[in-house]
Amino acid sequence: MKHLLSTEDLSLSNAVRILDTAEEMAAVGEREVKKLPTLRGRTVVNLFFEDSTRTRISFEAAAKRLSADVINFSAKGSSVSKGESLKDTAQTLSAMGADAVVIRHWASGAPHRLAATDWIDAAVINAGDGTHEHPTQALLDAFTMRRHWSKLAGTPSAGADLTGMRVAIAGDVLHSRVARSNVWLLRTLGAEVTLVAPPTLLPIGVEKWPCSVSYDLDATLARGVDAMMMLRVQGERMNASFFPTTREYSRRWGFDDNRLRALDTLGFKDTIIMHPGPMNRGLEISSAAADSPRSTVLAQVRNGVSIRMAALYLLLSGDTREPAVRTNSTSSPSAHATKESH
Amino acid sequence: MVLNQADIDRALTRIAHEILESNKGSQDLALLGIPRRGYPLAVRLAAKIAAADPTVDPAAIVGQLDVTMFRDDLSHQAMRPPYPTQLPRTGIDNKVVVLIDDVLYSGRTIRAALDAIIDLGRPRIVRLAVLIDRGHRELPIRADHVGKNLPTSSAEKVRVRLEETDSVDGAPVNEVVIEATA
Amino acid sequence: MASQQQDAGTGAYLIRGAAILGGAPEDLLIRDGIIAERGQDLSADGATVIEAAGLVALPGMVDIHTHLREPGREDAETVETGTRAAALGGYTAVHAMANSTPVADTAGVVEQVLTLGRTAGWVDVRPVGAVTVGLAGEQLAELGAMADSRARVRVFSDDGICVHDPVLMRRALEYVKAFDGVVAQHAQEPRLTAGAQMNEGEVSAVLGLTGWPAVAEESIIARDVLLAQHVGSRLHVCHVSTAGSVEIIRWAKSRGVNVTAEVTPHHLWLTDELARSYDPVYKVNPPLRTDADVQALRAALADGTIDVVGTDHAPHPSEHKECEWAQAAMGMTGLETALSVVQHTMIETGLMGWADFARVTSTAPAAIGRLTDQGRPLDAGEPANVTLVDPAARWTVDPSKMATMGRNSPFAGRELPGKVVAMFFKGHPTVLDGKLNTPYRWLPEQAQLPGTAAAGH
Ligand SMILES: [Zn+2]
Repeated sequence: MKHLLSTEDLSLSNAVRILDTAEEMAAVGEREVKKLPTLRGRTVVNLFFEDSTRTRISFEAAAKRLSADVINFSAKGSSVSKGESLKDTAQTLSAMGADAVVIRHWASGAPHRLAATDWIDAAVINAGDGTHEHPTQALLDAFTMRRHWSKLAGTPSAGADLTGMRVAIAGDVLHSRVARSNVWLLRTLGAEVTLVAPPTLLPIGVEKWPCSVSYDLDATLARGVDAMMMLRVQGERMNASFFPTTREYSRRWGFDDNRLRALDTLGFKDTIIMHPGPMNRGLEISSAAADSPRSTVLAQVRNGVSIRMAALYLLLSGDTREPAVRTNSTSSPSAHATKESH
Repeated sequence: MVLNQADIDRALTRIAHEILESNKGSQDLALLGIPRRGYPLAVRLAAKIAAADPTVDPAAIVGQLDVTMFRDDLSHQAMRPPYPTQLPRTGIDNKVVVLIDDVLYSGRTIRAALDAIIDLGRPRIVRLAVLIDRGHRELPIRADHVGKNLPTSSAEKVRVRLEETDSVDGAPVNEVVIEATA
Repeated sequence: MASQQQDAGTGAYLIRGAAILGGAPEDLLIRDGIIAERGQDLSADGATVIEAAGLVALPGMVDIHTHLREPGREDAETVETGTRAAALGGYTAVHAMANSTPVADTAGVVEQVLTLGRTAGWVDVRPVGAVTVGLAGEQLAELGAMADSRARVRVFSDDGICVHDPVLMRRALEYVKAFDGVVAQHAQEPRLTAGAQMNEGEVSAVLGLTGWPAVAEESIIARDVLLAQHVGSRLHVCHVSTAGSVEIIRWAKSRGVNVTAEVTPHHLWLTDELARSYDPVYKVNPPLRTDADVQALRAALADGTIDVVGTDHAPHPSEHKECEWAQAAMGMTGLETALSVVQHTMIETGLMGWADFARVTSTAPAAIGRLTDQGRPLDAGEPANVTLVDPAARWTVDPSKMATMGRNSPFAGRELPGKVVAMFFKGHPTVLDGKLNTPYRWLPEQAQLPGTAAAGH
């Protein structure tokens, strides 16, 4: 794994490896000394072509906990907006000795361009590109779900996947990179995904995705859901006729107080409610739902730092010229590479 | 074969007694095994210490210390998740911590382990016990307790195989062998 | 294959043993700008002999759809570089699209382009006139003035932009009847394609790129064929890209609508799967579609529903492609790969022969543009516009070695069949041994005179 660009091409073993590593990173986060020397001397650049304070500080906290040097490069309002190209920016960062570039971009595929061209020779982490993917968000969501799912089963989460878990994702799927990344990753981890949205906010071609599609949130809830993920909906979509009014949207597709109560009456006491943030309270999610004990919103934020630490660690450590050296003496499935210098 | 199952067991018995002797008893002892094979060795040593001193709860004094995140050679290491770090139930603050690993070689793993311990607490004393010391140190580090000194060429590989972590053809195995590197 | 200099003085050339339109080997004697003789064992008699055993002789190719960028974007292409590329690609005439800067919407601009073409001398440059002033889609340009100008414009197009106002389209179709013109429509419903980046479908859904739905093309074509029928005019549909468009055109032709249609080489081969790389070299308008569309387009070209291959050659400076997909310019170069791509997709698949190739790359486009001295049979007395091709050659596309300034070839790195060996433009060898020779030199007064018969006057 040289880059983390999407969950679509993330193998099960790499996905579980990231989640397992994040468990160890989370353990570090609970210590008194939260900092590790692992990436001392390495430079991580946060290259943000789109504002996202939460994602940037999450990556910044992750890099700093691993002792990396962090450079924040906000391409909004800089020379980039005055016509400097992605190529020039990448070459500049390369000259500055960036080991990893965390890129957030309004254009789908921009991280792929960085990774595929010879503009820069750093590990590229996609921190959200256009309406394409947001892999670390999906990984932190899966991490949150896996902890919940393992706790219910009474088994350790390390090494586990999400087989059998029923996940519903509701909202603006068409414009959501979070939905895309979640659909691919949850499929890889063995969960059953249902997308719930107005037909106008589903992409043409969604029927080929590895999930079910529903226009009816209540029917989906009634069939049983273990994790209910609400997506952010922009009220401006109303002006482009994706739906008539925000009121009609929240009545049909929002997670409101009635639906929160319905979880209790339907007997789904263990269903969690997720949201990638920032939330539009009263539109796609009611305050009561967002603040209920079922809500994992804050846990998701916390887990985000662990996942990003794991991604940085796995991309920046290790010989990228795999394959890994393997012990020839062991048959244990949890076998890792040998230590060469004892 | 350098050590067989009985040799390993004898060496560990001796080390267990040395640890008790140098500590003048089992007071404040904490054993920290370094993954992968230092941890099962630590568990075995704890059992032997408990056998010698029945007041000791072996499960309470053993822990695992992962040092991956503290290594100085990560870019040469293959990518893998770190192992969990689990401190002994009795903690490590003001304890006599014995670090346990299978093979002492360059000393870099132990250097990383010392850094890792410092981030976790403040032991009174840190000692080092290893099953094999094969020489070729790159840092000023030496072991307090050694199962066997094994002069080797750096072109050779020392393989420690323990039944807790290794098997050959599906059968559990306890042995130390030297292999020539290809 | 090697040209053999016997007497450089006469300006006569004997092409010996070429398969004319892929038929049995024959000789062609070229003298004084025309094919003087066609037959077996012709006497060289002081002519330069070109041994053409194994080569196919075709009427010089005519591109109905070329962007030469000059005037205005000489950093992307000039008439000189674009027509060099055309000659090397097998063309003897190109229609230069109107979306230059300034737009070719007046007699002055089209005459400027005509003169630039004649000064270059590699191929016949036929300016296309804009339908509306500044391609703005609001007011008709002076179509009549352009038709009457020295450039004798017969093809009018706002290409790059759709004439989407139905009333304006109706008026344009009606008006060009006065001088036997044709409106070449870039069929793209603008509201359905706002911000569109690629074909809307399975791949765009995954990539998160805004979709360009097939219906945005098909709805305009359906409207336009009905308008053309209603006003009894001539319609040309640029770069047809979908299976649905093919069905509509087939239906319109069966109803007797005077419509012609064009397909690009890239739409005959490439699909939207290539967008998965996010490499903007595959970004084009209309976008690459699905394999089902590719197969429908090939079938339509073979059965005549689609009349011509047009390159939509669209060179761009590299900085317009070395960027994010959404930031990148749309378009691909095509002049130097069209022959090979059509050979690969249509001839080597058995869908067409070389005579069909001549129809779709020369005869039919010349007829649409009302060019009287292009797209003619290779017979005695006809103008000597001849393409000599080695169909057995194989070559690997390297954009840095092309004559066009554009490096944006989607075929880069692919091995293609068929190579142009020699070109005759008005009897003059512009290409020999696969390399540029010298341009044709118009007489000073010719460069000021119309090159086509003024049909419709
Ligand atoms: Zn066009």
